[in-house]
Amino acid sequence: MSRFSSLLALVMVAVLAGCGRPEFSDAEKQTIASLALSRLPPLKPDTTNRFADVPAAAALGSTLFFDTGMSGGGTVSCSTCHKIDRQFQDDLPQAVGVGRTNRRTMPLAGVAHDPWFFWDGRRDSLWAQALTPLENPLEQAGNRAAFAHYIKARFGERYERIFGPLPDLSGVPANASPLGTDAERAAWNAMPASQAEEVNRVFANIGKAIAAFERSIAPPQTRFDRFAIDLVAGAKPKGDAAFSSEEILGLKLFIGKANCVTCHNGPRFTDGSFHNTGVPPVAGLPPDRGRVDAVAQVEADPFNCFGAFRDGDASACRELRFMVKTGPELVRAYKTPSLRGGATRPPYMHAGQFSSLDEVVAHYSKAPASVEGVSEVHPLQLSDRERAALVAFLKTLAE
Amino acid sequence: MGLASLWRYLLGGLGLAALLAGVLAIVYLTAPRAPQPSSDVGRSKTTANKLFVATFEPEKGVIRQGELESWLLTLKTVEGAPVEGAAITISGGMPQHKHGLPTSPQATDYLGEGRYRIDGVKFTMSGWWQLHFAISAAAGSDTVVFNVVL
Repeated sequence: MSRFSSLLALVMVAVLAGCGRPEFSDAEKQTIASLALSRLPPLKPDTTNRFADVPAAAALGSTLFFDTGMSGGGTVSCSTCHKIDRQFQDDLPQAVGVGRTNRRTMPLAGVAHDPWFFWDGRRDSLWAQALTPLENPLEQAGNRAAFAHYIKARFGERYERIFGPLPDLSGVPANASPLGTDAERAAWNAMPASQAEEVNRVFANIGKAIAAFERSIAPPQTRFDRFAIDLVAGAKPKGDAAFSSEEILGLKLFIGKANCVTCHNGPRFTDGSFHNTGVPPVAGLPPDRGRVDAVAQVEADPFNCFGAFRDGDASACRELRFMVKTGPELVRAYKTPSLRGGATRPPYMHAGQFSSLDEVVAHYSKAPASVEGVSEVHPLQLSDRERAALVAFLKTLAE
Repeated sequence: MGLASLWRYLLGGLGLAALLAGVLAIVYLTAPRAPQPSSDVGRSKTTANKLFVATFEPEKGVIRQGELESWLLTLKTVEGAPVEGAAITISGGMPQHKHGLPTSPQATDYLGEGRYRIDGVKFTMSGWWQLHFAISAAAGSDTVVFNVVL
């Protein structure tokens, strides 16, 4: 063989080796592994809710979750917006309870892993969160005195088996709340402090039962997870676990050039934190400044971790204790949502601003400035092919 | 085409490739740099005005992304005596993302021998983090910055 032909052979071997190189580097494989559902740690106990893992409490909570009796007019339940067959959300840009709210309903899979609740984190526990829509005039539009009466009349025995004796409610007004109408507030203010405390206790326990139920709502395994398990094990993903070249490109962009994984990290694809990403406000809705206004609300909430209705000790309150309270970054900052199941539940963002994943990816590629505060996102200038690949990858998280 | 001329082409190609590499290297080396993760990820260092030697390490020995953790800041004088009664404030963030910390860590306990518990530290993302400490003690006030790369 001549020197020329051996050189040619060498070049061909090199080219072939290049084609056969692994699709992902070791660092990429590590990142992909960190996103797999199998990496989701077991739920931590919630010491602020000693009923969090009590099956009877979860059972009562599930009854209450689906019960339209848990509302002012008897027509709205938690499940009106958190629909069980729709990933516990409602497909609407803004939730509609008794009235139309200004925020998108959040899905509930894996919600108990969150440190903060609502898009802006204005509550610090799942049970404190569950109480808030009950009294919001646009959501369930009830009041805590009425809820206490309703629980006693409708579920008294079940309640007492879990939480102990209900208080004597004979002197409690039919309708009273510190957050209600003028008449409800006046009735609340006329109640002796001990009676108000007793009603608050029943109200808190309603939240604790609903939270116990919600802890059971877990994200299901997806095509991405099956792909990730095989990839990390060194096996070739087969069947529906095999990714198309477009999906592979999308995944590479997601964890690489497009920087999605910076915030959408871990097995739930969220860092649980708050960011301004320049998502525009919706015309006609009340002003919405996100996290910056939620800080005072969670601090003022009598059902927060520092409040009288927490079980266990204050060592569970570190998130609240070490919360960032001020700073320009809180302006129009909203919680990073989990992307699991996202592809099948448009519209997107905190007020349903984008109707498709194409619009979401286009937004992050363009990265417009925020109307207030500073967006953390920088323009990416992704090509049409790259944007389509990202969407293709996101769909693997909902299959 | 003879073998000799083929070799000439090959050499020419190699020469061009070398030239290109040279040009790229110059462009790369002289390009304005974005802030880079400091290679200085030491857990022990002398403070800016050389008043103290500070050591910063996770209390449980490992860093877990996304978890609220406590760290230990150990303060010694340059002579090696523990610094007691220090007032410590903490700030920081991610220089490449131009945002601050997701939590407000605080010095919560004095554990003796110059050791202070810094609780409420959370790293929500991978990448380069900086923690700035402002330290006031009998010897005076000083600052120190620790880099944490996840």
